[in-house]
Amino acid sequence: MNRYFFSDMSVMLGRSMRHIFRSMDTIITVCITPIAMMLLFVYVFGGAIQTGTDNYVNYLLPGILLIAIASGISYTAYRLFMDKQRGIIERFNSMPISRSALLWGHVLTSLVSNMISLVVIILVALIMGFRSTAGILPWLAVTGILVLFTLALTWVAAIAGLSGKSVEGASAFSYPLIFLPFISSAFVPTDSMPKVIRAFAENQPVTSIVETIRALLSSQPVGNDIWIALAWCVGIMLVAYVFAMRAYKRRAV
Amino acid sequence: MEKAIVVNGLRKSFKDTDVLKGVDLEVKRGEIFALLGSNGAGKTTMVRILTTLLNPDGGTATVNGFDVAARPDQVRQSISLTGQFAAVDEILTGRENVILIAKLRHLKNPRQVADHMLERFGLTEAADRKASAYSGGMRRRLDIALSLVGNPQIIFLDEPTTGLDPEARIEVWKTVKELADGGTTIFLTTQYLDEAEQLADRIAILHEGRIITNGTLEELKQLFPPAKVEYVEKQPSLEEIFLAIIGNKEGK
Repeated sequence: MNRYFFSDMSVMLGRSMRHIFRSMDTIITVCITPIAMMLLFVYVFGGAIQTGTDNYVNYLLPGILLIAIASGISYTAYRLFMDKQRGIIERFNSMPISRSALLWGHVLTSLVSNMISLVVIILVALIMGFRSTAGILPWLAVTGILVLFTLALTWVAAIAGLSGKSVEGASAFSYPLIFLPFISSAFVPTDSMPKVIRAFAENQPVTSIVETIRALLSSQPVGNDIWIALAWCVGIMLVAYVFAMRAYKRRAV
Repeated sequence: MEKAIVVNGLRKSFKDTDVLKGVDLEVKRGEIFALLGSNGAGKTTMVRILTTLLNPDGGTATVNGFDVAARPDQVRQSISLTGQFAAVDEILTGRENVILIAKLRHLKNPRQVADHMLERFGLTEAADRKASAYSGGMRRRLDIALSLVGNPQIIFLDEPTTGLDPEARIEVWKTVKELADGGTTIFLTTQYLDEAEQLADRIAILHEGRIITNGTLEELKQLFPPAKVEYVEKQPSLEEIFLAIIGNKEGK
């Protein structure tokens, strides 16, 4: 590892954070859609949904947070694609700076900006009646899982941003990710779903992550879900990391 | 060490197309070297190999005494690249762009470097505007300013004036000459014959993947039969007319 890796990376992080604050619409869009969805589900559909809990916001929030992350990371793909497109990546690559500093800068930017949107969404949820009995440790665990989930999806986004042929292609990959929470226990319990869909819903990553966060926030035992959730996050992250780095090095030689 | 760049038998192909078929050339320290060729002749491929962005398939290339494939980090320490398209960060201001590059070159006083560079390139007034609001010429100036941050010994300019208006073009030429006067080695590609004629100490013509001629302008001229003297009425070129009119306007 280059001895300047950390200083180069923090310069790159500063650069792309500036990009984000210069175009506030990226933060706003990332927050607005999940918040609108939360309002819709709580005040429109919520009355008809039987979850077995009296506070639907509490039930819904974990899924909403995952949707926010899934839509937030598509901007990382977009920003990487634009760097690649505008030739600035060639300037960086012909300079004596650490090779992966740019990529890590984008990844950390994604992490920071997603955490900002999550905080905004949680604040709105509090106004809507979200309450948690959890103490510091369970909240730290929730934060940890959300960080891992963000990193995992960010590396997936990096693959798309680096190998996409057009802006649309680079950012469209996130739509299926945004839909995954709908076919999980994020909005309604899986019991009511037809057999095949239920099997899918119960065995895809979102359900275990949602169940873990929900249990942590309401001080319930997390059981096996937390291990399944962690395995999914770490697994996706490692695989995506390897492919993203490969795509990055192939471009950069 | 006399030579800034030495290239021997350099080959590169993409899929079935042989772009470079054994290129040999040498660039002396402190000279302006122009690589002339039509579109698709392989000029950019040459530059990308010499600036460590691309590995050659065969042959060797050393820049500042370091092999580009084996010791890319040392090569990168000595060079900078100004590509065909202005590689500036459009969301950042001019000043932020220079500071960014100064920080990445690990210089001590990025702010001072920025002030100095922006003044040198006449961008002080526009320093705090976003680069996306710059005109083509200003963007090119910023681009070249970024390349000079940290005073690299060898500068690669890939078609630096393509897409520029005549005034901006002459500005770029002036900058290139000043740099060469300061002792910087310049490797320039161009498809404009007059550009090579104006700037270059040595000119090489890249055609179908090989260097077909290489020498000073004088040497190249000697390859042809001596000039005949003919009397032709000299019409001003449109460029001369344009510049004369613009110059008059600004003089008033």
